[in-house]
Amino acid sequence: MKGNEAMALAAIKGGAEAFFGYPITPQNEIPEYLSKHLLENGKVFVQAESEVSAINMVYGAASTGARVITSSSSPGIALKQEGISYLCGAELPAVIVSVMRGGPGLGGIQPAQADYYQATRGGGNGDYHLIVFAPERIQEAIDILKQAFDIADCYRNPVMILADGLIGQMMESVDFDRPVPHRDLPKKDWVASGMKNHKGRNFVSSIHLDPKQLEQHVFKLFEKYDLVKKNETRYEMINIENAEYVIVAYGTMSRICRSAIEILAKKGINVGIIRPITIWPYPTEAFDKIPKTAKGILCAEMSMGQMLDDVRIANNGRLPVAFFGRTGGMVPEPEELVDAILHFNERVVK
Amino acid sequence: MRVKYQKSAGLTDAPLTYCPGCTHGIIHKLVAETMEELGIIDRTIGIASVGCSVFSYEFFNCDMLQAPHGRACAQATGVKRVRPENIVFTYQGDGDLASIGIAETIHAANRGENITVIFINNAIYGMTGGQMAPTTLIGQKTTTSQDGRVAAIHGNPIKISEIFAPIEGVAYLERVAAFDPKHVIKAKAAIKKAFQYQMENRGFTMIEVLATCPVNWGKTPIDAMNWVKTEMTKVYPLGVFKDKGDNNE
Repeated sequence: MKGNEAMALAAIKGGAEAFFGYPITPQNEIPEYLSKHLLENGKVFVQAESEVSAINMVYGAASTGARVITSSSSPGIALKQEGISYLCGAELPAVIVSVMRGGPGLGGIQPAQADYYQATRGGGNGDYHLIVFAPERIQEAIDILKQAFDIADCYRNPVMILADGLIGQMMESVDFDRPVPHRDLPKKDWVASGMKNHKGRNFVSSIHLDPKQLEQHVFKLFEKYDLVKKNETRYEMINIENAEYVIVAYGTMSRICRSAIEILAKKGINVGIIRPITIWPYPTEAFDKIPKTAKGILCAEMSMGQMLDDVRIANNGRLPVAFFGRTGGMVPEPEELVDAILHFNERVVK
Repeated sequence: MRVKYQKSAGLTDAPLTYCPGCTHGIIHKLVAETMEELGIIDRTIGIASVGCSVFSYEFFNCDMLQAPHGRACAQATGVKRVRPENIVFTYQGDGDLASIGIAETIHAANRGENITVIFINNAIYGMTGGQMAPTTLIGQKTTTSQDGRVAAIHGNPIKISEIFAPIEGVAYLERVAAFDPKHVIKAKAAIKKAFQYQMENRGFTMIEVLATCPVNWGKTPIDAMNWVKTEMTKVYPLGVFKDKGDNNE
């Protein structure tokens, strides 16, 4: 099954009740699939007039307690940033699939990872965070999407699945029936569903004009983010024992790095990988487990170096950090990563 | 003792924050009474917008959402599509609806979303301090058209009801005003009809209300009411622009 369609089906299995979106390449198979399968099952699908409108439809539906999803790609996610900030401010659960393409501007439609900042730093205003998963294969994307609504409901915060054009467009054999961990979800007693459905009057809002009140609200959000950091940070350590070098890579890039370290092993160079699965919260703790054998860290991205910031923070000056990046939709060959390790010293970031 | 008049159950006890002579209060009352009379307070979800009515979620005694600037009709679409059994209305000013939110509004109308839009047209940006609105009249002085609006520079006042009337998804559309008791009564009837149409699943309904902004217009409340009557209605004629319930339609 194609990655985009698989993610769409996984969202349905995760309980999606409504989708609102706007066409953009390379994620169109998601709305196409959902337009048929949600409506067929009596659920909601609306093709909005813009990404701006779509994310606000998400706000509306999420305010009533529905499990709601939208998807888009780089320039489209840029347009959704206003709404994402409002969702976080109003503490609304929702699922956002972002299938990255090359930028800036209209850029191109080939796979890229240049929206790491967009996903983890956001372009929306204010102090907020998304919970961001960066799957490296379709199966992982499915497993995350199936529980994404639970995670969003658990923390009353939007969850983003950050894929790229390769994961969206490629095909792999997958299993949709892998079990999802059970979570005890808080009761949605805050929803605007009409006063006959709950006690008192509910309103869903992100406005707090009194600075004292707003500060308290943001403090509360950040207590929640601390919980997210504690409970949801995920990463994989690959071949880390006795590694001479450690590559840090996520998504499509980590797949390429897996091939690269096999080639390097044949050359007698032992290289491990730290693969962040959540990029917010960032798995800083993984860097504490880097063995003493390691001589340096190579951050590898399909961008000019965005996760690099988090790698340098996590490394905290302990080891030299080098960078390898391709961008604009260029997907590197494993040999390029091999070469980057062989010429590590030339790539060290000052 | 008989109660002849009391505050509608559709309003909370929060004191209104609107300026003296502003017609938001009257229009809030009409929406609130409509909800009460139709017995729908407990299943209505309102959407507050950005502008002076940003706090309307504190005044309407029903469940409310607060939308980003211009996005109320998109949020209303999201609400109504997943909860068609609820009554959904937006309450938006002219900057919100006719400028930044015209795409959201026109497409909600075109989809025939079964929602009711209360559109407050006071020909100015009130909340931000009196800047030119898309509905500002030619010659009208604002803080961003200090010598008066000039068509060649600022464009012409946008006539929302005239633009929306031909759209297929619009079931009911009327422009009313609140400058004297007779017109307030007419405005109430229009708002009630719009909500009733929504209850009958007829499609998109919008009531444009010509409203005052004495503070930013630099007028007394009475002069402001008169200005709506004599000047605004010349550019924005009152009347029913669309009624799908009408057999002649």
